[in-house]
Amino acid sequence: MLDSGTGWRTGGRPEVDRWRLYVRGTILGYKRSKSNQYPNTSLIQIEGVTTKEEVAWYAGKRMAYIYKDKVKKNSSHYRCIWGKVTRPHGNSGVIRAKFKSNLPPKSMGDRVRVFMYPSNI
Amino acid sequence: MAAKRKTPVKSRNPDLIRGVGKYSRSKMYHKRGLWAIKAKNGGVFPRHDPKPKAPAAAAEKPPKFYPAEDVKKPLLNKRKPKPTKLRASITPGTVLILLAGRFMGKRVVFLKQLPSGLLLVTGPFKINGVPLRRVNQSYVIATSTKVDISGVNVEKFDDKYFAKEVDKKKKKSEGEFFEAEKEDKKKLPEDKKEDQKSVDASLIKSIEGVPDLKAYLAARFSLKSGMKPHELVF
Repeated sequence: MLDSGTGWRTGGRPEVDRWRLYVRGTILGYKRSKSNQYPNTSLIQIEGVTTKEEVAWYAGKRMAYIYKDKVKKNSSHYRCIWGKVTRPHGNSGVIRAKFKSNLPPKSMGDRVRVFMYPSNI
Repeated sequence: MAAKRKTPVKSRNPDLIRGVGKYSRSKMYHKRGLWAIKAKNGGVFPRHDPKPKAPAAAAEKPPKFYPAEDVKKPLLNKRKPKPTKLRASITPGTVLILLAGRFMGKRVVFLKQLPSGLLLVTGPFKINGVPLRRVNQSYVIATSTKVDISGVNVEKFDDKYFAKEVDKKKKKSEGEFFEAEKEDKKKLPEDKKEDQKSVDASLIKSIEGVPDLKAYLAARFSLKSGMKPHELVF
C-alpha cells in the first residue's frame, strides 16, 4: 500500500528544503558519428537505467539543464534549458534528448534533471 | 387559405389507370360541390383579398463599402471539447503524488475530475497544507492507496470556483501611483475557508480510521539514492 523506500517520518525531523522529484542524468555529448556531430540531439545517461527496455518508462519525460551565470536573469543567477527524452540510444540505457535550444558544449559531463512528468502511472 | 379539414380528403376521382380518372371534368365539378359553393356566394366563386402586406421595413441605406471579393463565412464549429480521459488508476479517493508546482512531493487525496479535465484535489489542508486545488493529470502519480471519500460532497466545485477574481482597473493619477503599492494582499475569502473545512471534515475522519495514513499523507515523497522510478511500484 505504501510506496517503496520512502522512509517517511512522523514529526520531529525538520523538512529538507529540496525534495528530489527528478532523476539525475549525465550529459554525454551530442549525437554523433565518428567524425560528425549533430548538436540538435544530445545523449544523456540516466542514473540507474541500464537497458533499452527500461528507457521506455522515461520516454517523453521532461528534463532540464540548469546552469549558472554571472548576469541575473529574471532576478536569478540560475538559468535553465528545457528538453525532453525522445528515444533510447543503443541497448544500454542511454537516451537521446532534444532541448528547446541545443545544449552548449560546455555542458558535457554535467548534470541534467529528468523529471517524472508528464506522468503515465 | 380555406380552413383545413380534420381528415384529409381522399381524391373523389378514383384512377382507372394511373393518369386516367374515372370521372370527367364536369362530373368532378358536380362531385366536389363547387356549384354549391358558388350558390352560397351569389353565383361567383368566393375571392379572398390578399392580406395587406406588413409596412415595408425602414428602407436600409445601401452600405458604403462592398468588399472586392465575396467574403467567406467561416464554417460553424459545433465541437464541444470533452474532459481529458482519466487514467484507470485515478479514482475518487486515490492518494496522488504531486510532481511539480508549489506542493511537489505532497501526497494528496483526489476528489473528482472537473469539466475542464483538471483534477480536484485536497490535502486535506490540516494534514499537509494543500488546499482545494486543481491539478493536471500529467503532473501526478497515482498510488494504489485509496481513501474512503463517500462522506464528501464535491458537487459544488467546478472550474468557475477557481477562476481568478477580476479587479476593476483603476485609472492611476500621479499621486495614486505610489499609493497603489500599499494595496493590501488579497485575503482568502471566508467562504472558501469554510468549503475547505467542510470537505476536509469527513475526509479526515476516514483518514484517521486507517492506521498510519495520516502520517503518510503528511509526509512528502522524495526520490532517494538508489531509487529508480521505472522500477517503483506506486
